[in-house]
Amino acid sequence: MTNLNAMVDNKKTGYQDFTAGSFTFRRDEYFAYVDYPGGEYVMPIDDFLKALMRDIAWGFFYGTVNFDSVLGTTNHYGNVDLFIGSENEEYVNNGKDYKENFPSDELMEIFQAMQSDWTIEGFDPFAAPQETGTAWGPKNGNNDEAISRKRQVAKRMIGIPGDTEVRSDDTGYPVNRHFKDVDQSQPVVEAEPGFEDQIHGFNLWAHLSRSDVTWNPSVVSVCKQSLLCPTSEEYILPVEHGNDRVEWFVQVSDEIIWDIKDGKSSKPRASLVMRAGDVACMPADIRHQGFSPKRSMLIVWENGSPEILDMIKQGNQPRVGVEF
Amino acid sequence: MSVEYKTTYASIDNYNKGGVQMVSGNIKDYVFSNVYEVAATSPAYERVVVAINLVYTLEAARAEGQSDWYVCAHDEFVIAFDYDVEVHYIKLDDTSFIDDDKDGAIKLNEKPAGQYMGKITLKRGHQALLPEKTAYSIKAEKPATIVYQTVLGDESVQKWNEICLTEEQ
Ligand SMILES: [Fe+2]
Repeated sequence: MTNLNAMVDNKKTGYQDFTAGSFTFRRDEYFAYVDYPGGEYVMPIDDFLKALMRDIAWGFFYGTVNFDSVLGTTNHYGNVDLFIGSENEEYVNNGKDYKENFPSDELMEIFQAMQSDWTIEGFDPFAAPQETGTAWGPKNGNNDEAISRKRQVAKRMIGIPGDTEVRSDDTGYPVNRHFKDVDQSQPVVEAEPGFEDQIHGFNLWAHLSRSDVTWNPSVVSVCKQSLLCPTSEEYILPVEHGNDRVEWFVQVSDEIIWDIKDGKSSKPRASLVMRAGDVACMPADIRHQGFSPKRSMLIVWENGSPEILDMIKQGNQPRVGVEF
Repeated sequence: MSVEYKTTYASIDNYNKGGVQMVSGNIKDYVFSNVYEVAATSPAYERVVVAINLVYTLEAARAEGQSDWYVCAHDEFVIAFDYDVEVHYIKLDDTSFIDDDKDGAIKLNEKPAGQYMGKITLKRGHQALLPEKTAYSIKAEKPATIVYQTVLGDESVQKWNEICLTEEQ
């Protein structure tokens, strides 16, 4: 049989190959090549690294992280599937899909090593396109500082003494170039003597205007298992997120267009235009990808209840947020 | 050419709701509403559920004048979405009537006995903690939009048919 795999010469480019089970990942100056028993799948390296970055940062996230319409991972919470075509109707119908299951920490370690080796100096896969260099060319240093950012996770609320800090110039978070007009005032707290530590507020919009990453929610307030996870968005969500549960969005500023496809077949379902104040719920059987023409503020609202995992395992999680 | 970027917000008296272009399926699946529209069309301080996940809710309300006093067994949070609102706090003398297992805000019949703790003035985008078992009342000089992060309770109002898109516009 003819070998159709691309010629990749690591001696010339300086990159390493990575192996996970029967998958081998290779890169050259422009592309990522994913070799699997059924053949080879090719993706542009910048798209691949931006998607891989979200999969790592979110710990394989909820449900499926589609790098594109073919390649992706599905989280089973403790173990994870790496697949080619499993969420693509044509691959499945023609028996061309392939997947392998891994312990989550094992695949995570491989993904992290690959992200580190393949991300070159000056390229920040978390950043908006105009705020970063390119991913192209031969191996040239790394950007481990950018790719090892930890998402901020408040225990009760951002800014409470002992909890996660509010972003500021002093903590290394300047206001983003698209948010120069966002009011930076803090709430006026007039506490009676003795109550200074008990009442608390902060400027959430200002905090978001200083986010140094895109499409990477952080937790600002926690009400039992209810997690308010706002994020700043610009350009394209680098993955199509395939839901295994419902997911709520509140658009805070500007506008995001959500492209909604069927979770299994990837056939188009809808396009949501969300403007300031709009609230919408992603059903549990879809995949979605956001387009943000200007950097915008979005609240992703998550529910961390273990009960939801049980429902997913039993297959009886609600398909929609509300039936009315 | 250098561009000066303008961040677009909305408010209770000036909002521009988006929408859904359907290819297949039911538009109601997206439970699409707008917090400013909810505030503009609801009575003052009605806590309208705009998002729900199991028992957890986001509730939008129209702040106007001084609200009743509320207390809750668990922490809640409130965000000012457009105009200024004040949050006033009272440390209750007696918290024995609060059932630890009771979810959601409880409306009190009158201003409760206790020590005044102070107030926080919230502008657009500011978020305040409403600490567990601490009474609070909200005040707004002119109509404003607020959103609570809380749990479904006796005061939560669900009127999805009124607030959500039910057909393509
Ligand atoms: Fe998502």
